[in-house]
Amino acid sequence: MRFLFVIFFFFAVPVWAGPQIQHWVLPSGAKVYFVENHDLPILDVQIDFPAGGARSPAGKAGVAGLTASLIDAGTPELDEEEISARLVELGARFASTSDHDKASVGLRTLSSREEKEGALALYTALLATPTFPAAAFEREKTRTIEALKDADTRPDAIAAKRFAQALYPDHPYGQVATPESVARITREDLVEFHRRHYVANGAVISILGDVTRDEAEAIANRIAAALPPGAPVAPLPAVRLPARETLKIAHPATQAHIHLGLPAVRRSANPEYFALLVGNYTLGGGGFVSRLMKEVREKRGFAYSVYSSLGPRVLEGPFEIGLQTKREQVEEALKVVHEVLARFLAEGPTDEELAAAKKNLIQGQALRIDSNAKLLGYLALIGFYGLPLDYLDQFPKWVAAVTREDVKAAFRRHVKPEHLVTVIVAGE
Amino acid sequence: MKQRLFFACWLSLAVLPAPTLANPYETTLKNGLRVIVKEDRRAPVVVHMVWYRAGSMDEQDGTSGVAHVLEHMMFKGTKTLKAGEFNKRVAEAGGRDNAFTSLDYTAYFQIVPKEALPEMMRLEADRMANLVLKPEEFASEIEVVKEERRLRTEDNPQARVYETLNATAFMAHPYRRPVIGWMSDLESMTWQDAREWYRRWYAPNNAYVVVVGDVDHREVFKLAAATYGRHKPKALPERKPQKEPPQQGQRRVIVKAPAELPYLLMAWKVPKLIDIDRDREPFALEVLSSILDGNDAARLPKRLVRGEKIAQSASAGYDAIVRGETQFILAGQPAAGRSVAELEAALQAEIKRIQDEGVAEDELKRVKTQVIAAQVYKRDSMMAQAMEIGQIESAGFSYRDIDKFIEKIKSVTAEEVQAVAKKYFVPDTLTVAVLDPQPLDAKRERRGFAARH
Repeated sequence: MRFLFVIFFFFAVPVWAGPQIQHWVLPSGAKVYFVENHDLPILDVQIDFPAGGARSPAGKAGVAGLTASLIDAGTPELDEEEISARLVELGARFASTSDHDKASVGLRTLSSREEKEGALALYTALLATPTFPAAAFEREKTRTIEALKDADTRPDAIAAKRFAQALYPDHPYGQVATPESVARITREDLVEFHRRHYVANGAVISILGDVTRDEAEAIANRIAAALPPGAPVAPLPAVRLPARETLKIAHPATQAHIHLGLPAVRRSANPEYFALLVGNYTLGGGGFVSRLMKEVREKRGFAYSVYSSLGPRVLEGPFEIGLQTKREQVEEALKVVHEVLARFLAEGPTDEELAAAKKNLIQGQALRIDSNAKLLGYLALIGFYGLPLDYLDQFPKWVAAVTREDVKAAFRRHVKPEHLVTVIVAGE
Repeated sequence: MKQRLFFACWLSLAVLPAPTLANPYETTLKNGLRVIVKEDRRAPVVVHMVWYRAGSMDEQDGTSGVAHVLEHMMFKGTKTLKAGEFNKRVAEAGGRDNAFTSLDYTAYFQIVPKEALPEMMRLEADRMANLVLKPEEFASEIEVVKEERRLRTEDNPQARVYETLNATAFMAHPYRRPVIGWMSDLESMTWQDAREWYRRWYAPNNAYVVVVGDVDHREVFKLAAATYGRHKPKALPERKPQKEPPQQGQRRVIVKAPAELPYLLMAWKVPKLIDIDRDREPFALEVLSSILDGNDAARLPKRLVRGEKIAQSASAGYDAIVRGETQFILAGQPAAGRSVAELEAALQAEIKRIQDEGVAEDELKRVKTQVIAAQVYKRDSMMAQAMEIGQIESAGFSYRDIDKFIEKIKSVTAEEVQAVAKKYFVPDTLTVAVLDPQPLDAKRERRGFAARH
């Protein structure tokens, strides 16, 4: 035990200086994060808006997702086929997605002048002046409804949807797109959602790669200037913890899909978040070496995949345990899961487990940022959730500071069995 | 609005870092193990992989899935390492590790801070020769693999259609068997089956090591000699050709499973790449695949999904680099209110259009632009670079052929694309597999299936 600790502190100081993140705020309120790196002739730009699913109008879950996915369906100058062709001819990659909290619109382009200029001009036009043509809207609405109907026949998708709804009854986080909610959406909903939420105020612009600071400033200014200034969004309503319950949903599959969890964790850089992160590694986040993996998979062969995860958001995101096991075996497998969880909540990790968790999280620092794509993700995360600029540098130190007592206290405070929701699809 | 199905399009093979003079480096140890090292100093990280030329195509009937089962067992103990210790060491080094099995190969990898490479090579070399298979560990692990089959295939209608397609298109060739194995074979598999597989195929002369990252290749060669170099080569079993007889007539098969949307797969038998200097057709087929579905402006998404709105999704796939035989596959789901028959006719019409009218120069140009851009983007990922080397080597080519492969793609003409469309897309070598969606069990659904809200 002692020995492990000595080793651990010996290695704990990161030997690799992290990337230099530059940050500034534009007059419009848009925040810019920039890392200059000329190793590869690539430029990445991403903009994040507080325009995620939680901002979809009541009863119209799906507006945020459709707005993001149709943002490249037309501009005043170009139709969607011209846009697709132009992106392909530039060798650029464009991606627009949304999650619960945010919408992200990203561009990856070669940094050679012609490609870069062409791609940035198109990117800015897509962000700021999408026309959401009626024909494309109707087509994608239909495709979305079809995909949702199909998902409603699959046990994994049913379990995920019911779990989200049960965790957040009466909260925007629980508004899941359904065939019915999407059927109510009009083209005007998208236009209005874009007008209200794709604005400079509150936007986070991340720029990474083969450009100078001057160029990065010009790019950020150009994007921000194209967007309406807008107003800050109102805070989301508080999350209320659900009552403990178990939902059993019948399905003919050979294997049951099981989720257990509750709203638990906000994205932040406070010590409690790191206590949850380190603790979760031991419980079920640390891949093959976690307790859940050992007890459920390795020892008993009950599941191929079993994990616990933290999904931090602006407000309390889920703590979740998930597994799949043959339908006849649900009770046995759940019994093991409950025992592992109860014991972890009562005792926390052992000294040895804590040391092992820290070693992985600290030594693994280099893997977190070994590509432009991964580092860009951190820039956006730091910007959107207001994490400290030195988040990546501090990460190992914050992890190192966590004690067993910290883990126990954080789990006791955030993972309360009396609020645990269980969803079982295709059990007996 | 942009959908990609499960096919790796040719871009996944055709993209790689710009050629440099010596990098990557390679050596062959005395025991026959090849070591390929690509230095990439952008971050203090290294990817270490070992690939065995033993995949599900090397299995026998009755023990299908054993290649993959052994892959799982490789994470148990060795003569000097306790079960589970391998993963623990990787985790404590701050790394992550996993493995994968395909029709053609089984591969293991760790991504770690560079300081941990020597330990990873010791560990990986250790389990190349010293694995200890215990009946009780096998007994629980085979249950894990059955759960994996339930998750990936039994309850996944599209995966069952794909499995059925291959079992129908191939009668003699081992590609007719699924990588994960038939459930009945998994149920009757014994630990001795896994041991036999290990004894037969796990040898330095049936493997190669790929290292990409912040390393000096000379150091890696030394480490390889000191670790893998200790093992003796084995006499490998003869590999029988098991060629598929020519298909002389269309085959059609239906799979029923709970789903909302139908699903269609159409597979034509086409040539794979054999001689990278002389072959032309495989490259023309790669370009054809890209023109149909290589990007958002390609024909299938543009014409069938967005234009005619006949498809909910539509895709094309072709893999030239395989040990066995290969197919050109079109896949799709019909759009709301359209039938599978209409979708099939529309996909056939797209092929016919190319047979009759050929392809446009600007379509070819786009393919080339995509290749060039993808070459650059690939350099942002060490794992992607290691995968690319490992995959091309798995089919008996060299990593040096990656550059040739790209040059050949760029040299394909419109006439060549039209010629392969005419020659190979004929009714007699086509196999069609269709998902016929079934409602969820009515009784159960009424009671519990609460999605109707």
